[in-house]
Amino acid sequence: MSKIKPRAKIPKEAELDEVIEIKTLIRHPMHSGRVKDVNGKTIPRLIINKFNATFNGKVVFTVNLEPSISSNPYISFPFKVKEEGTFELSWEEDGGNQYKLTKSLKVV
Amino acid sequence: MIRKKIGGFVNISRRKAIKMIAVSSAFFCSGVGGVLAGKPEVSDQINNVISGSQAREADVFLDVPEIAENGNQVKVAFEIESPMSASDFVQEVYIMADGNPAPNVAKFNFTPYSGECFASTRMRLSKTQDVYLVAKFNDGTHSITQSTIKVTIGGCGG
Repeated sequence: MSKIKPRAKIPKEAELDEVIEIKTLIRHPMHSGRVKDVNGKTIPRLIINKFNATFNGKVVFTVNLEPSISSNPYISFPFKVKEEGTFELSWEEDGGNQYKLTKSLKVV
Repeated sequence: MIRKKIGGFVNISRRKAIKMIAVSSAFFCSGVGGVLAGKPEVSDQINNVISGSQAREADVFLDVPEIAENGNQVKVAFEIESPMSASDFVQEVYIMADGNPAPNVAKFNFTPYSGECFASTRMRLSKTQDVYLVAKFNDGTHSITQSTIKVTIGGCGG
């Protein structure tokens, strides 16, 4: 099984009041609980069910994901730059596992 | 004599065949009705989401392909015209697909920090179907957009 690895593309610098687009991707199989393996056994459901984006501790954007989302879920979302700070992105898996990523943003 | 027999046999079988076709088509129709039961599910879901709120005119742009060759990875993106200020912003955006085993696809929660309202992701579609976008605004109003996607190969792995 490939390792679950989150990635995000955030511009390093941005101007004040600029709206930037943040692109995120996490490598994850997103087992929907409906697919059978080669032996005819159903693979149990295991998906990323929540994505949270916080900036300097404030929640800026969240997504609730369902089994209908593709494997390796890709999410892009907007953010309006008001101050410098750090993004904390977290993905929550069924069963409580969390995958986290932090990225900093500078204002020019 | 033999001909008559054969003729008779053919006649009966044809009658039988017609009967069988009629019966099977009735079964087929009822079967389709059963499959379409997914649609009220979606309308129930939408009604749950929008209950007690009023519809409003909004510029919603749902960007999905007309034909998806592979149902495993279908791009879904949207853009909603909104000032995204603290007093007027898009709060929640639901994506629903009426032909999937479970109609809910995703729920996006926006905040005024977003600045604009757009997002994109990729979804699975099991077959050709309608995709709905329900946007809820912070003042309790909502807006619904719909688009049909033709799917060549389904993406549910079944």
